[in-house]
Amino acid sequence: MPATYELTHLQTLEAEAIHIIREVAAEFERPVLLFSGGKDSAVMLHLAVKAFAPARLPFPVMHVDTGHNFPEVIDFRDRRVAELGVRLVVASVQEAIDAGKVVEDTGPRASRNRLQTAVLLEAIETNRFDAVFGGARRDEEKARAKERVFSFRDDFGQWDPKNQRPELWNLYNGRHRPGEHIRVFPLSNWTELDIWQYIAAEGVELPSIYFAHRRRVFQRDGMWLAENPWTPLIEGEEVEERMVRFRTVGDATCTGAVESSAADVASIIAETAVTRLTERGATRADDRISEAGMEDRKREGYF
Amino acid sequence: MELLRFATAGSVDDGKSTLIGRLLYDSKAIFEDQLEAVERTSLERGDEYTNLALLTDGLRAEREQGITIDVAYRYFATPKRKFIIADTPGHIQYTRNMVTGASTADLALVLIDARKGVIEQSRRHAFLASLLGIPHLVLCVNKMDLVDWSRDRFEEIKAEFRAFAMKLDVRDLAFIPISALHGDNVVERSTNMPWYEGTALLHHLEEVHIASDRNLIDARLPVQYVIRPMSDEHHDYRGYAGTVAGGVFKPGDEVVVLPSGFTSTIAAVDTADGPVDEAFAPMAVTVRLTDDVDVSRGDMICRVHNRPHVGQDIDAMVCWLTAESELRPGAKLAIKHTTRWGRTLVKDLQYRLDVNTLHRDEAAPALALNEIGRVRLRTTVPLFFDEYRRNRATGSFILVDETTNNTVGAGMILGPTEVA
Repeated sequence: MPATYELTHLQTLEAEAIHIIREVAAEFERPVLLFSGGKDSAVMLHLAVKAFAPARLPFPVMHVDTGHNFPEVIDFRDRRVAELGVRLVVASVQEAIDAGKVVEDTGPRASRNRLQTAVLLEAIETNRFDAVFGGARRDEEKARAKERVFSFRDDFGQWDPKNQRPELWNLYNGRHRPGEHIRVFPLSNWTELDIWQYIAAEGVELPSIYFAHRRRVFQRDGMWLAENPWTPLIEGEEVEERMVRFRTVGDATCTGAVESSAADVASIIAETAVTRLTERGATRADDRISEAGMEDRKREGYF
Repeated sequence: MELLRFATAGSVDDGKSTLIGRLLYDSKAIFEDQLEAVERTSLERGDEYTNLALLTDGLRAEREQGITIDVAYRYFATPKRKFIIADTPGHIQYTRNMVTGASTADLALVLIDARKGVIEQSRRHAFLASLLGIPHLVLCVNKMDLVDWSRDRFEEIKAEFRAFAMKLDVRDLAFIPISALHGDNVVERSTNMPWYEGTALLHHLEEVHIASDRNLIDARLPVQYVIRPMSDEHHDYRGYAGTVAGGVFKPGDEVVVLPSGFTSTIAAVDTADGPVDEAFAPMAVTVRLTDDVDVSRGDMICRVHNRPHVGQDIDAMVCWLTAESELRPGAKLAIKHTTRWGRTLVKDLQYRLDVNTLHRDEAAPALALNEIGRVRLRTTVPLFFDEYRRNRATGSFILVDETTNNTVGAGMILGPTEVA
C-alpha cells in the first residue's frame, strides 16, 4: 500500500461495490445475484466472492435462461457455480412457454428478450427474493444512467423513474414491504473500459466467446448475428465465416458480434479504448426498439 | 489513476449541457451511435442545434418536457484521471437533486453567464456545495465570447462571488473564464484571453489535489457485516467487515469497540487479496481482533484515544426531500447513520435557512420539500458520530418515513446538542 494513501480508480470502484454487496447481505433476508455468464455478471460475482472471503457467498445466484444460449456461456456458468459451491437457480423461459404462462413471438425477428421480464418476476416471487443484484452499469444506456444503486420495485416488480428514492452518500435505503423488492446495481459507476481493466487486473475468467474466434455469422440491421438454430434467415441474408468477438452476451438471437482480432484481454482493452460505438448500440438488437426502449422495459421489471 | 467525482450545477441557459457535452466529446466519451441518436432526435424536434442535453436527459418525461428532472451520472477519463460527473438540474425545485449529486462529490462546478453575473441561483449552488462539504469549488464564468472576452467583466464577477463565498465554508475556490460553445479554456487554453494566467478547466480537474481531502486522522470503522466462515479450514475465523470511514488502521493498533467499550488490538487487516499493512478510507476491509469480544453490525471500531461523539441528542442541518410530508417538531422517523439504524424524534426546528440569502427564519413551523433547516434530534439508540465538516462519512445520516419507507431527509451533523 502506498504511503500517500491514494487508491486507483479500480480500487475505489471495487471498494464501493464491495460496500454495496455487504450492505445487502446484512440488511436483506433473501438476496440473489443475477448471473448470466456475461462479463458484467462475472465481475459482479467475483466482487461478491471477495466481499465475504474467506467465507462462502451467503446467497444463491440466478440465471434467467431464454433457452437461446451460446453453449460456451452455459458451460462457463456451470463451471463457475461448481467451483464456488454456490446454489444456482435457473428461471427458464422455455418452461414458462411450455406451461402457457408466456406467449412467444413468431417470425424471423422473434426474440425472447421481453419474455424474460415475466419469468424473472415470477422467479423472484416464487423464491421470495427481496434483493436482486444486477450487473447493469449507468454508462450502458441513458435510462440506466438515471437509476439508483438501490432501485425500489413495487409489488408488480415495476420501476417508477419519476418517483425514485433520493440516494445520498453511501447510505442506502433498502426498506420495503413484503412482496416488494430492491434491485441492486453494484457496478453502477463502472464503464465498459473499467470492467475490462478490472478483468485484466484480477484475472477474472470469462466465456471464450468474448475473445476473437472464427464463427459463422450473417448480417442483419448492420449487426453480425451468429448462425443459430432459432433464427431463420431472411431473403438476401447469407451466412459467412468471420473473425468476431462478442462485446455483450445475451440471448443468442439478439446479441450481435463485432469483427475483431482481439484474442486476449489486453487487445480488447486496446480496442475498447478507441471504439466509437457503445457496446449496446453496436451489438444489441433489443435496445433498438425505440428511443425509450430500455426505460419501457425497465418500468415493466426488466433487469 | 485516481477517481474524481464532481457535481455540476447551473440553470437552463448558462451552457452547462454544452460544457459537459464538450468535455465528454473532447475526451471521446461520447460514442458515435449516441451522437447520431441525439442529432436525429434534435432534427425531429426541430431544434436549431444539436441539443447535447439529450445525451443526459434519458427519461421519456425529460425528453418530452425538455427539462432535467433527475441527477444524471456521466463518465469520462483522460490519461491522468477518471471522472464521474453528477449532472444536477439547477432549478430551485431541484435542490433535492443537487444535494443528492453533491453528497459524494470531491468538487463542484458552478456555471455563471458572464452577461448576467452572479445571480440568486449561483449563490444557491455555491451555498449547497459548501453545506454538503464539497472541498473544491470551481466557478466557470461562461459565455466570455459574448462580453468581448473582457477581463474587467471577469474580475468584476470574481470579486462579487468572492465576497459572497467568504460567508461560506469553501476550502478551495477557483475561477475560470470560458466559452463552452467555442471551447475556450475548456480543454485547451484560450487564445482569446491572453490576460488569463490560469489553466484550462480540464487541466484543473486533472490536477486538483484531492488525496488530502479525506480524513486520515480519526480512525473509524463502522462494522457492516461479521464474517464467520464456519468451515474446517477457517474454523476460528471471525472478521469484522466494513468500509473505513476515516483515519488509518494497522495491525497492532489498540482499538475500542463502541458501544460496548471493550478494548482490543488489531490482529490483522484482511482483504480477499491477503492482509494489508494499512487500511484507510474508503477501503473495504475485514478487521480481526486479538480478543474474542462481542462485535456486531452497527458497532464502531476506533482508536482508544480518538473516539467519536457517542450520544442520542444531536444538532444537524437537514434538507427535506419529499413533497408528501413536512418536517415538523414532534415527527418520528427512522434514521440511518453509518451502518446503524434507529428511530428519531424531531425535538425542535431551530430555524429554516433561506438558501438564497442565508437568512435564518426562526419562526418557521416546518420544513417543506427542498427546504433546509437546523434541527435538534433525539435518537432511540446512541450514534457514534463526528461533525460533518470533520468527516462526511460519520457526520451524515438519512431520514426515512416509516409508513412509506421513502428517504425523506438528508442530514449533516453539527455536533452533540449542548446542554444549557
